[in-house]
Amino acid sequence: MGRELLRRIGLSIFVLFGLSILIFVIARVVPGDPARLALGPRAPEWAVQNLRLEMHLDKPIYEQYWLWLVGLVHGDLGKSLVTRRPVTADIREFLPATLEIVLLSALVMALGGISLGVLSAKYSNSWFDGVMRIVSYLGIVTPAFVWAIIFMLIFGYVFPLLPTTGRLSPGVSAPPTITGMMVLDSLLSGNLAKAWDAFLHLILPAVALAMGGLAQAARITRASMTDNMGKDYVAAETAYGIPFRRILTKYLLKPSLIPTVSVMALDIAALFGNAFLVELIFNYPGLSRYGIQAMLNKDLNAISAVIMVLGVVFVSVNIIIDIVVAYLDPRIGLAGRRNG
Amino acid sequence: MTVDTRKGHPEAGRPLTLRGENLRRAWYRFSRHPMSVVGLVMVAAIILLAILAPYVTPYPKHAGAFVDYRNAGKPPSAAHWLGTDVFGRDILTRIIFAFRGALVMGIGVLVLVVPLGVVLGLIAGYAKGTLLETVIMRVTDVFLALPPLILALAVCAVMRPTLFNSMMAVCVSWWPWYTRLVYGMTSSVRNEFYVKAAELTGASRFHILFREILPNCIAPIFTKMTLDMGWVILTGASLSFVGLGEQPPKPALGTMVSDGAKYLPAQWWIAVFPAIAIMVVVLAFNLLGDGVKDMLATEEGS
Amino acid sequence: MDDKLVVIKDLHVWFRVFGGYLKVLNGVNFTVRAGEKVAIVGETGCGKTTTVKSILRILAPQAKVVRGEIFFKGEDVLKMRPPRLQHLRGSGASMIFQDPTAALNPVFTLGDQISEIIRYSGSRPEGSGAEIRQLAIKALREAMLPDPERMLDNYPFQLSGGMRQRACIAMALATPRELLIADEPTTNLDVTIQDQVLRLVKTLVVQRGMSLILITHSLGVARETSDRVYIMYAGSMVEAAPTGEIFERPLHPYTQGLLSCIPKLTGEGVAEGIPGRIPDYLNPPPGCRFEPRCPHATERCRRSKPEFARVGDGHEVACFLYY
Repeated sequence: MGRELLRRIGLSIFVLFGLSILIFVIARVVPGDPARLALGPRAPEWAVQNLRLEMHLDKPIYEQYWLWLVGLVHGDLGKSLVTRRPVTADIREFLPATLEIVLLSALVMALGGISLGVLSAKYSNSWFDGVMRIVSYLGIVTPAFVWAIIFMLIFGYVFPLLPTTGRLSPGVSAPPTITGMMVLDSLLSGNLAKAWDAFLHLILPAVALAMGGLAQAARITRASMTDNMGKDYVAAETAYGIPFRRILTKYLLKPSLIPTVSVMALDIAALFGNAFLVELIFNYPGLSRYGIQAMLNKDLNAISAVIMVLGVVFVSVNIIIDIVVAYLDPRIGLAGRRNG
Repeated sequence: MTVDTRKGHPEAGRPLTLRGENLRRAWYRFSRHPMSVVGLVMVAAIILLAILAPYVTPYPKHAGAFVDYRNAGKPPSAAHWLGTDVFGRDILTRIIFAFRGALVMGIGVLVLVVPLGVVLGLIAGYAKGTLLETVIMRVTDVFLALPPLILALAVCAVMRPTLFNSMMAVCVSWWPWYTRLVYGMTSSVRNEFYVKAAELTGASRFHILFREILPNCIAPIFTKMTLDMGWVILTGASLSFVGLGEQPPKPALGTMVSDGAKYLPAQWWIAVFPAIAIMVVVLAFNLLGDGVKDMLATEEGS
Repeated sequence: MDDKLVVIKDLHVWFRVFGGYLKVLNGVNFTVRAGEKVAIVGETGCGKTTTVKSILRILAPQAKVVRGEIFFKGEDVLKMRPPRLQHLRGSGASMIFQDPTAALNPVFTLGDQISEIIRYSGSRPEGSGAEIRQLAIKALREAMLPDPERMLDNYPFQLSGGMRQRACIAMALATPRELLIADEPTTNLDVTIQDQVLRLVKTLVVQRGMSLILITHSLGVARETSDRVYIMYAGSMVEAAPTGEIFERPLHPYTQGLLSCIPKLTGEGVAEGIPGRIPDYLNPPPGCRFEPRCPHATERCRRSKPEFARVGDGHEVACFLYY
């Protein structure tokens, strides 16, 4: 397992390299002058020229890439054209925020989706199952931003129970920054009230994000369980006298989780993508919102940096999921996840 | 409670061919879940509406540059079934016109992506163990490292925002999924006897790939294509939500939602109806896709 | 009831498919006594598996019992409520299947699966972890699996075909039962292993005084392992007799046909087949289902179905030739 893991990591590094080249090429293929685009049509020519030199735009493209790579290794990702700060500082501020949401989202997605899926399979073809099928359909086809709007309407205006903007209520000061994640930092610094406040702010965006994946997980779990219910080993286990409830919660569940968990990797990755829409609506200062603004403003350094960071995150998520799948299905080493 | 033991069931293992009896059989399988038929009807309706948009909408001129401030921001009424937006334009009309862009994006992307992805997947799967396979699959891995939406965003962001450019962006991020799908199937099938038989009788590689291997992979490809129509449209809507797709005054579903979001909750219809429209489109293709999967499934217990 | 363990009376089972119903079982009559070893012999598709799966009620959801009764030790199986049904499966009867690979849960170790059976298939979970482990090892050993301690931690994919079937046998016999159903247990195995496994099944069953229902398409296997043989054709039993009797005095034309298919060791005569094909289950003929292929068929055979009647000492046959 150890060797396989190393191989995977090596492969991932290679993939990240490729990604960096891809992103760099895309970012530099901008028709037009990036420096001019960034500063706007009214900026004086000397300012544009300065920026051009600063961004090394005068050098050949492979040299630009090399310089960028060197900077990357040293932790210098250049300056953001929008915030005028080093991009690394921006990322350090915004990444944990998004990570917090994504973590909570992933949890909701996994636990909620799997439980609902199991229940649907247990009561398959009953009214509960029928309702679940419709609801999960709706869940899958509703984009995250629509959920965000719905939640904002319901919890912001109709039943104002939960906060709908920002990370902390106005007047509540931020906890000392350890990880950058509000809930964690508050807990670590012993302030439960702050942690609770931060957590409340997480709920709406996280659940809005999770809905699509939750519905998907429920459907796949249900389908996988009903599929496996037709397998001979379930008939055999029934014939041996194992009670159905036990089969459901253990002997059916484990093999049925395999496709669900495999798909989760994709869904968790998608969370980051959809996070920007949700962050925009809830006015949540996260990485995705930062990334979108960078893209709209053609802030090349920021764009490249955000993509690279996301690339690292996804690759890690994939590896973790692969480890989980390998645990669930002993037939598969780390070498390959069964792609359905 | 009976236990499902479909193995050995008399109906198992029928091969897939397309002839009269089998077409009826295929329809039987498709229509087993009535929701699939609903999906078919919905998709047909959406396509028809989009094609006939100028003739079936109440205010076709509203789909372009049009302002009528007297009528701006009116809630749903008899004259405007879904209300009007802040420029006085009929929302129902704009939604139907927006279907056009959505369908064009869906079809356009798939038409480009599927042949490319499938061919690469076939080649890579067949050439297993060679440098060619490694190169293709590693490049695919790079493109797969990010979810489609983010990659599409990045590509789109560096170009001028138009429908065409957003289509290109989605293409760039979508093709590897087909390659990976087909690669997986090809690699597992390539050692089957019928492939070896074809090789031994000197069949050309073209024949082996497209006449032996591909037909066995068709079912999942078709299913994925149908489902993908919905997802591509959703991705397109997400892109236009941020302003990176079809530009105003042409209507796009995502743009309509983001414009309308400013006027929540008072003038909720401006954002809500386009959002529902997005959901309806994705739902329709999802239901249809499920039916296609049922129809093409021929293995035991599927 | 006397010592009859399983009694099936006039069982009709239909499968719902595109275009109608497959009338698979067409009035099955079948009896197994305590301690008896019975073989069901018939060609593929004649309904042997459906019959025995009905006893444990593990048929596919498309299957419907449209008529008939099944009794286990006098109790009506078809009317059993879940707790009773589970008791039947846990300590009354168990089953081993044709494909041992499909019958084993691929993501759990053998130890896991056997312990589960030992713990839960009785009326209540009892015994400590260590006790159950010992019982599991014992079960594996009795099924002649090498190195049972180590085997407990193996996954099915790590075993060969023969070992997998032995593992299934171990699981089926891990707890005391009265009946073992073996559905073509050796068909998927290497020829060299087949004999071993059959012998193992027979030994274990005899040791414990269990009854055995063995499904096979081979008359030879039936002869080796059973006390009584049922011949099944197209959804119902056509003949039943003690083993020696069937081979010496086959009454039903189908049985006679089957026996003549076997080349004789002494080399005399030529092996013949039986002309014709099995009937269409969607629209089966109203009369005897073997009639189209029967050399002695009459008009009566085409119109009505013969009853499964006693014609001698323990010999039953469903054929108008005999009454």
